[in-house]
Amino acid sequence: MSASTVEPASKVELPASVGGGGEIPTFDITLRVRRYNPEVSEESHWDEYQLTMYGTDRVLDALHKVKWELDGSLSFRRSCAHGVCGSDAMRINGRNRLACKTLLKDLDTSKPITVEPIKGLPVEKDLIVDMEPFFQSYREIMPFLISKGHAPTKERLQSAEDRERFDDTTKCILCAACTSSCPVFWTDGQYFGPAAIVNAHRFIFDSRDDAGDMRLEILNDKEGVWRCRTVFNCTEACPRGIQVTKAISEVKQAILARQF
Amino acid sequence: MSTDIRFPRSTSETGRIAPKYNRHGGGAKGGFEMAAWLFMRLSGIVLVVLIFGHLFVNLMLGDGVHAIDFGFVAGKWASPFWQWWDLAMLWLAMLHGTNGVRTIVNDYAERDGVRFWLLVVLYAAAIAIVILGTLVIFTFNPCPTVNGVPLPGSFCPKP
Repeated sequence: MSASTVEPASKVELPASVGGGGEIPTFDITLRVRRYNPEVSEESHWDEYQLTMYGTDRVLDALHKVKWELDGSLSFRRSCAHGVCGSDAMRINGRNRLACKTLLKDLDTSKPITVEPIKGLPVEKDLIVDMEPFFQSYREIMPFLISKGHAPTKERLQSAEDRERFDDTTKCILCAACTSSCPVFWTDGQYFGPAAIVNAHRFIFDSRDDAGDMRLEILNDKEGVWRCRTVFNCTEACPRGIQVTKAISEVKQAILARQF
Repeated sequence: MSTDIRFPRSTSETGRIAPKYNRHGGGAKGGFEMAAWLFMRLSGIVLVVLIFGHLFVNLMLGDGVHAIDFGFVAGKWASPFWQWWDLAMLWLAMLHGTNGVRTIVNDYAERDGVRFWLLVVLYAAAIAIVILGTLVIFTFNPCPTVNGVPLPGSFCPKP
């Protein structure tokens, strides 16, 4: 179509030792992806892709390469691609992780790298699951500041110590890696799940919030914190390093402390 | 004018989420679950003391394991202290174990019917063992007289 113009030669002299991007080591990987397309088949299956990737690439880059160059029908969620938005949680080599935070070189590249959708939520297509049950539980714990009395005309001040009390649970990005790694959630999907409890914890222990009792009452449900068996899968899965099981235990203690 | 966007196929026609995920019981109170959770912790601590005390007295003190026979058990159960010790051990261990298995059944039984019958079998077994055990501890008679004839036992008082 348009005549391609030759790139002008760089005016910056680089020594040979610095080189360009081509010096990053490359390696070949096999990517095994769990595919599901309800418009074609009710059964899901594995697809394998042979890729040549760079040492700086992540699993997300491998998925991009497949989607952009090999098979455009592959579907997955991703938004920021930098570990903040929480869109691309998936089961990589049997562990829940963010595809955008998992470097290929940290995985065993001699064997196929398996990528599956997170477990316990209904799969819609390929790696995309229906997150609605997850967000339903999240909404139920009222993840917003509730305060009695008149709103102040200035910001609500809080001491550094009071802020520190719930600092860990403010890091949640709602990727569902924890909830979908929990064996109790897998069985019947009734359990509120670690993510909802973590986000309740964030407000229960906030000195500016006045609805802690209501949230504790909600999580005292028979599908609430008491279904936690301290399996620690959630703590292991959290890409933000939140001590999820510890947060759940603190909510349990708060419910008990309220009773006695 | 707005476009009607259909819900993803995994959601039910009426609700926003698949019915499987709707919490039935509509906010059932977890008072029992909390009590069960607390009981597991407290009974666990008490059981450690009771069981290791039981093992130490039976296996370590005196002649140790060689002293255990029918007479040894009969001697222990002649004392109300050991009767109550064993009763506490029986009840706490049975309730602790039954509750533990109950949570496992609740977690892993996928169909409601299977869950119901597993729990029925579990509770029936637990009730039978607790009742039988309690009866044995308190009605145990090492020197019974059957049809007017005392059964032999070297530790029994001679008639």
